[in-house]
Amino acid sequence: MSAISSIIKDNVVDHWRKDFPILDQKVNDKDLVYLDNAATTQKPLSVIETISRYYSEINSNIHRGVHTLSQLATDEYEETRKKVQQFINAKNLNEIIFTRGTTEAINLITRSWGEAELKPGDEVIISEMEHHSNIVPWQMICEKTGAILKVIPMNDDGELLVEEYKKLINEKTKMVAVVHVSNALGTINPVKEIIQIAHDYDALVLLDGAQAVAHLPIDVQELDCDFYAFSGHKLYGPTGIGVLYGKENLLEKMPPYQGGGDMILMVTFEKTEYNELPYKFEAGTPNIAGTIGLGAAIDYVSEIGFEAIDAHEESLLQYATASLQEIPGFRAIGTAKEKASVVSFVIDGIHPHDLGTILDTEGVAIRTGHHCAMPVMTHFKVPATARASFALYNTRTEIDVLKAALIKTMEIMGV
Amino acid sequence: MFDLKDLYQEIIVDHNRAPRNFREILDADIKAEGYNPLCGDKLTVYLKLDGDVISDVSFQGEGCAISVASASLMTDQLKGKTEAEAEKIFETFHELVTDRESEIDLEKVGKLGALAGVREFPARVKCATLCWHTLNSALEDHDQGKDSHETISTE
Repeated sequence: MSAISSIIKDNVVDHWRKDFPILDQKVNDKDLVYLDNAATTQKPLSVIETISRYYSEINSNIHRGVHTLSQLATDEYEETRKKVQQFINAKNLNEIIFTRGTTEAINLITRSWGEAELKPGDEVIISEMEHHSNIVPWQMICEKTGAILKVIPMNDDGELLVEEYKKLINEKTKMVAVVHVSNALGTINPVKEIIQIAHDYDALVLLDGAQAVAHLPIDVQELDCDFYAFSGHKLYGPTGIGVLYGKENLLEKMPPYQGGGDMILMVTFEKTEYNELPYKFEAGTPNIAGTIGLGAAIDYVSEIGFEAIDAHEESLLQYATASLQEIPGFRAIGTAKEKASVVSFVIDGIHPHDLGTILDTEGVAIRTGHHCAMPVMTHFKVPATARASFALYNTRTEIDVLKAALIKTMEIMGV
Repeated sequence: MFDLKDLYQEIIVDHNRAPRNFREILDADIKAEGYNPLCGDKLTVYLKLDGDVISDVSFQGEGCAISVASASLMTDQLKGKTEAEAEKIFETFHELVTDRESEIDLEKVGKLGALAGVREFPARVKCATLCWHTLNSALEDHDQGKDSHETISTE
């Protein structure tokens, strides 16, 4: 039965692959094997065509025009807000704010909420496995406000130490900002427990969902997180568009992050009256094409469904982990029990950067480096790792190509 | 002529596995640190001068094969050269690894020619030139009578 079901599955994946025109090409005379999905995912034709159709047929500025195209553009832009709301199960439509990406969403929180709420001696908790985008904005705002930044440590499997978190949190903790799924390790964090503990101390929780949205169904009401940030481009959507979700009562109280057009109701030189949510946080002409493209990406992913995506990616992860471990000197970095489809690794005697370059000559695209998570590298005492990250269109055959290319690399490097 | 696409020449692999002059010079006249944030390459270059002649040069540190091999080859090439000659070699080397159109005169560049393939891999130029930039700015600081305390970064 397993043989038959895997044949069916492969057929389904072949079908999905056809939706992604970029995958059907040669790189360095070899079939492209794209395994850098944690950096950015490829885009299905439906997303590409949606963006193209927008520019070919309805390009106009939104919210201001009375003409037909402007209305069409506005409708599609706002329709995407509804799609996002449903996608993450937000209670209210005005809790969805469009940003440039996860990084801007986090900066919006630190600059708006942080500047208004943090006082000297207040505490903010992040974790050892954060991406720099969830470290640096907090360092900046803590320096400015006199708040103190604390860090939840992790173990050598790359799992957060919840018991240590319980010791760090106290009445002075105002915010807990943690990553939902680690980009460098693949760890899926126990965010529900982290949120419950934070709320026991009346601290708010921001989840960095950049890596999570393409792999897990997100339900912000069920999680009860206060803020959730993600990027479109890691969810098969365009770059330059992301989302900040925030609970309405919190967003209402927060001051605007940027001033400009669209975020105002009335401007005189004496006084400006700000627009209502979510427009208060969307100054200037937004990334309209990108937003509508994100809507198409959400449609695409929703149609396939996370059940199918998860089953396929989980099987790829298990296959890759077992297969790559056969390579002498292979060491996985990040071996958490709960993991997304990311394999971060080092091979004895070969610098990850050399691996990346040689793999590229074999048509295999992986990420090498510190993955914008230098503290993670410090924890594991490595300068960098190589990272293969899988998406719904990847296959076991591609993992075989990766493995063969790694073995070839070892031969070239005399390891 | 070797295939430029073939970045990892035998000589590079060899110098990476067994880097030459990989040691500290305790009474060095110049000691400079270099850092390449892209790869996390970190190295320290040591120089001993006799007048303006480089009487000894060595390095320590860790990094990718390109940066280690480049540092190893550099130290091999520079021993016994004057500062002015070293600067010339650096200029030649820089052109070799950055200018895709430039002619490769293997006689002129000697063993450093093994790194010519780097020109086909723009992302790796910083790896190959880290040791040279480190050495160069250390020499400049030394000539101006300054201590070189700042880490040279290729970013």
